[in-house]
Amino acid sequence: MSTTKSLAYVRKEMLDQQPAPRSQVGFTRWARDNLFSGWFNTVLTLVSLFVIYKVLAATLPWIFGGVWNADSLAQCRVIMNEAYGNTHHACWAVIHERWNQLLYGFYPETQYWRANLAFVLMLASLAPVLFDKVPRKMLYLTMAFPFLLVWLVWGGTIWGVTSVAFGFALGGIAFKLVDRFGSMALSAIAAVAVAAVWWLFIGPSVVEGLNSVAPLGHLEEVQSRDLGGFMICVIIGISGIALSLPIGIVLALGRQSDLFIVKTICVGFIEFIRGVPLITLLFTASLLLNYFLPPGTTFDLTLRVIIMVTLFSSAYMAEVIRGGLAALPKGQYEAADALGLDYWKAQRLIIMPQALKISIPGIVNTFIGLFKDTTLVMFIGIYDMLGLSNAIRANAAWNGIYWELFIFIGGVFWICCFAMSRYSQWLERKLRTDHR
Amino acid sequence: MKKSVFLGALTLAGLAAGTAMAQDSSTLAAVKERGVLKCGVNPGTPGFAAPDASGKFVGFDVDVCRAVAAAIFGDSEAVEYTPLTSAVRFTALASGEVDMLARNTTWTFSRDVDLKNTFVGVNYYDGQGFMVPKDLGVSSAKELGGATVCIETGTTTELNLADYFRVNNMEYEPVPVESFTEAQTQFLAGACDVYTTDASALAASRASFENPEGYVVLPEIISKEPLGPLVRHGDDNWGDIVRWSLNAMIAAEEYGVTSANATELAKGTENPEINRLLGVEGELGAMLGLDNAWALNIITQVGNYGESFEKNIGENTPVGLARGLNAQWTEGGLIYSPPFR
Repeated sequence: MSTTKSLAYVRKEMLDQQPAPRSQVGFTRWARDNLFSGWFNTVLTLVSLFVIYKVLAATLPWIFGGVWNADSLAQCRVIMNEAYGNTHHACWAVIHERWNQLLYGFYPETQYWRANLAFVLMLASLAPVLFDKVPRKMLYLTMAFPFLLVWLVWGGTIWGVTSVAFGFALGGIAFKLVDRFGSMALSAIAAVAVAAVWWLFIGPSVVEGLNSVAPLGHLEEVQSRDLGGFMICVIIGISGIALSLPIGIVLALGRQSDLFIVKTICVGFIEFIRGVPLITLLFTASLLLNYFLPPGTTFDLTLRVIIMVTLFSSAYMAEVIRGGLAALPKGQYEAADALGLDYWKAQRLIIMPQALKISIPGIVNTFIGLFKDTTLVMFIGIYDMLGLSNAIRANAAWNGIYWELFIFIGGVFWICCFAMSRYSQWLERKLRTDHR
Repeated sequence: MKKSVFLGALTLAGLAAGTAMAQDSSTLAAVKERGVLKCGVNPGTPGFAAPDASGKFVGFDVDVCRAVAAAIFGDSEAVEYTPLTSAVRFTALASGEVDMLARNTTWTFSRDVDLKNTFVGVNYYDGQGFMVPKDLGVSSAKELGGATVCIETGTTTELNLADYFRVNNMEYEPVPVESFTEAQTQFLAGACDVYTTDASALAASRASFENPEGYVVLPEIISKEPLGPLVRHGDDNWGDIVRWSLNAMIAAEEYGVTSANATELAKGTENPEINRLLGVEGELGAMLGLDNAWALNIITQVGNYGESFEKNIGENTPVGLARGLNAQWTEGGLIYSPPFR
């Protein structure tokens, strides 16, 4: 009996690997575990499926059977009656005819390229701020963008915005020069004073001179009244977002300051602004401000609104960031002190990076809220998308249309807000340095 | 020392503001310097004011703004329209955010006296009515006890409604809405049994419904709603300009002056009244501080009252209103302009 003789009950070669039973893998397994794991869940699943079916059966034909080409709601109905024998379909023709108004307001049609260019530049200048892989040199574009935006959107020659930018540059130089004497407060005051003198007294006459000598880069001027639609929401939203973060940081630091006056001012500002609804501030900006200004002064309405929206959201931002500061262990502050860092260095290198990271969800929350709040400008006579939807429906041709406009507007806002939300989640994951 | 410097600066600032105020008190001068008229309009009422597809405001009320601009600048397009909700219109006018309102506003005692406005005339005589679905089986407003009513906030219709139901010992449940279009949508969606507003707006609204036959406008008209343009107190010359711009449109219709024949008639006619209106005789324009061709500009660019009516809200438009009370006094209506003399 040789040892090589195989035993009858021992296999010589391995069986091929079998696929797992159908019931244990893939969709079947997933469905059984998640949808039909008991009689109660099975019932729930079936009910949900039925509801989803009902909703889709009602809405999909409405959405996809819609009419795209018509001059009025009445014509839409005629076309639907011919095609389907009923009028239970969307009349997208209103979007087809008025989409440009919904997006650009009453901006002159020949100048749309300016708005588009400003939008593309906005995305480009946001890129280096949002993503650290983008070349750092793009930050120069970011710094120039606010001035480019004003020039592109409102028009005129480039000298006006250049003068404003020059004022900032002068302020910066003054800051550096005075900074040598070592007093932060003194150099800040000097910077503001120099810039103000330029803006108020020297700048305007220089601009006037340059305009008459060399009207460089002259674009057709567009009045604030003609801005509207999605464009005004983006302009107000982006300005508010960009300005409220730094102001909010300063306010949050001020609130924690040991200096009595600074602290009182910051607390007073935050509590006052948070105690007043945004719509009240907007009414103040649009209607009541005229009582306090000398008659004849014109103060651009969009600018007034941007200022009010910024003040409003920076108060909220301050509290969000204060939450981040409060969440930092005391050891971090003490470590900064132990390293011999002064106040500003400690904030910049140790405290703020951590506090801001903690506050990301809150910050983005405030941003999204601010962006959606921009539709409130409808109440002070600026035609944002919601205001335009009313105006469009007041036109005899489209009187009676409803869902189509709001679905479009809702869709546009959803895309923007969802993008912000996804970005913040990505940023949180990227910045996670703890070991959980 | 420092305190006194500060106080001195404050005083100076106050004085500067004061003198600026004194210099600029004339609305006409301010408007001329600005180059555009700021006119407060309804953000959207079919036929009366709404932006069209190209963003240009059109409508019966808008034509009053255009007339004033034509009188001042000779250019009916020199208007900056500020859409205002009912709730903020008077504040906007009082604060100087707009120069005038042409925003289907009812002329009432308290708005004229207490809110310190000057109503310069009436461009549309309206009255409040009710619309109900036919299925409700109601044929008179007296049967509306217990109904839910869609009503625009901050309007006279809101107050009239309360008065009417109280006088007739009926209960109702208000459903407040912000704008005309909102009210219409709520009504169609069945959020309220009754929709009440000015009869003109009811007619316009019903005309746009998918099946107008399913709805009836009840016969009762429960209020007087004289709608007209207004300015704020304190500048009578400005009020005169707006008043006579409207009157010029009305008088032109009475005398048969239209946008088509005005230029021809301005060469001189037998009728001295027409001659004075069109600036051929007399110095009416100069008295207002305007060009003598002010009324001619209005009529050639905007048209007379009847033309504006027919173009925006007349029977051949979707709004489809009959002249009714708004016919000339010679035709049995209430539209009447004082003489141009």
